[in-house]
Amino acid sequence: MSLLLSLRRKDGLAKEVAALSEQNLYACYQCGKCTAGCPVASIMDDPPHQIVRFLQLGQTDKALKSDTPWACVGCLTCAGFCPKGVDLARIMEALRTVRLRRLDAPFRYTQEDGEWLSNLPQSAVVAAMRKVTW
Amino acid sequence: MVIQPAAVRSRGGDEEGNVVEKEKKLLGYYPGCELRSRARALDISARRACQSLGITLKELKDWTCCGGLVAQVNDNYMALLAPARVLLGAHAQGFKELVTLCAFCFNTLRRAAFFLERHPEARRKVATFLEVETLPQVRVLHLLEALRDSAGFDRIRESVRRPLKGLRVAPYYGCLLLRPAQEIGLDDPEEPTLMEGLLGALGCDVVDFRSRTDCCGSYHIVTNQGAAAQCAQVILHSAADAKADFLVASCPVCQFNLDWSQTGSGNTGMPVVYFPQLLAFALGEPAEALGFDGKGAAALNLSAYAAKEEALRESS
Repeated sequence: MSLLLSLRRKDGLAKEVAALSEQNLYACYQCGKCTAGCPVASIMDDPPHQIVRFLQLGQTDKALKSDTPWACVGCLTCAGFCPKGVDLARIMEALRTVRLRRLDAPFRYTQEDGEWLSNLPQSAVVAAMRKVTW
Repeated sequence: MVIQPAAVRSRGGDEEGNVVEKEKKLLGYYPGCELRSRARALDISARRACQSLGITLKELKDWTCCGGLVAQVNDNYMALLAPARVLLGAHAQGFKELVTLCAFCFNTLRRAAFFLERHPEARRKVATFLEVETLPQVRVLHLLEALRDSAGFDRIRESVRRPLKGLRVAPYYGCLLLRPAQEIGLDDPEEPTLMEGLLGALGCDVVDFRSRTDCCGSYHIVTNQGAAAQCAQVILHSAADAKADFLVASCPVCQFNLDWSQTGSGNTGMPVVYFPQLLAFALGEPAEALGFDGKGAAALNLSAYAAKEEALRESS
């Protein structure tokens, strides 16, 4: 019953993510090619295709609690593999954006990161700051 | 080893044997932050290589940050300001084309230009914020395609003074040069040939290896070093399995990640160099001037190669 209800797309998160990412979440038929190709799938809480499933089924809590979008680095291997032309990296970024706009992120820089950061390529630091924290 | 200066070599003959001056080409050039700090070798070698090919890279005056990476959501207009500002500066200085070298800058500027072209609302808002009437259209190029289109790999092959024969190189593209293919359109996203073409023209043995379009871990080096190291190790081992002497990168972040992940126990001894370094070296520029120094194995291998080659010349 709850499954049927959620398939009526009452959930706002799927709509919000679809609008931000300009992707059709319901085009995904869960083949898992994105997960198979993902270079960082092994460090993810939930495999990437599972995140789309959460959104399709209106399982908002699971989609918002997962750290998977923070593991995604946007290499777009998945987008190249997807037989349905879904750009999963955009969906991940949309999910991150939703959470960052609620000031909810699993990752924050601290003063102690300073020394390590000063050794790194600055473009990577700028990119990380913009993508994973606020 | 005597190598003629580039200016003398650049005179070629036409079919009747008349001397024709090599065509000079001026291109707007956006180096980006990395090329002014850690990846200075990339900047210096690219300038030298282009100069000896008759291409002048004219650096944009007062350039600013490209923005790191472009936002992949459609309402993040703030993230478009930095790239839009760079493109605006290029246009104001009379450049219709802008050459970039860093894959981050290239990807960010090209994707931002693509996005702004297709989203009038975003274009209007960004223009208002930057206090201009309209945003200009500037073509963002990568040096690889500028070399292909302005010089041509055949002419590069003719200009090579030090053919890198027998040097086994693994061209590594990474993500940002190729993807997303619909927006970047630099080369085939799964079977790219651009770097193979260039390195082949230098006389290198280009090895085929599995991971040439894999991700190096990118900014995970900041947030999750374990993940970055894991990505980099796959690439390094793939190149080592193909028995490459060099892994050839074009992106300063890839270069850092691949180099850094070899500092600990995961050392595959694979030197990571930039493609313009090999290009400039093959065109006859001295190895010492190309930033190979202090990079361990890369410098050693190249000097050894130069010495071996010199010995061969002397004996013949």
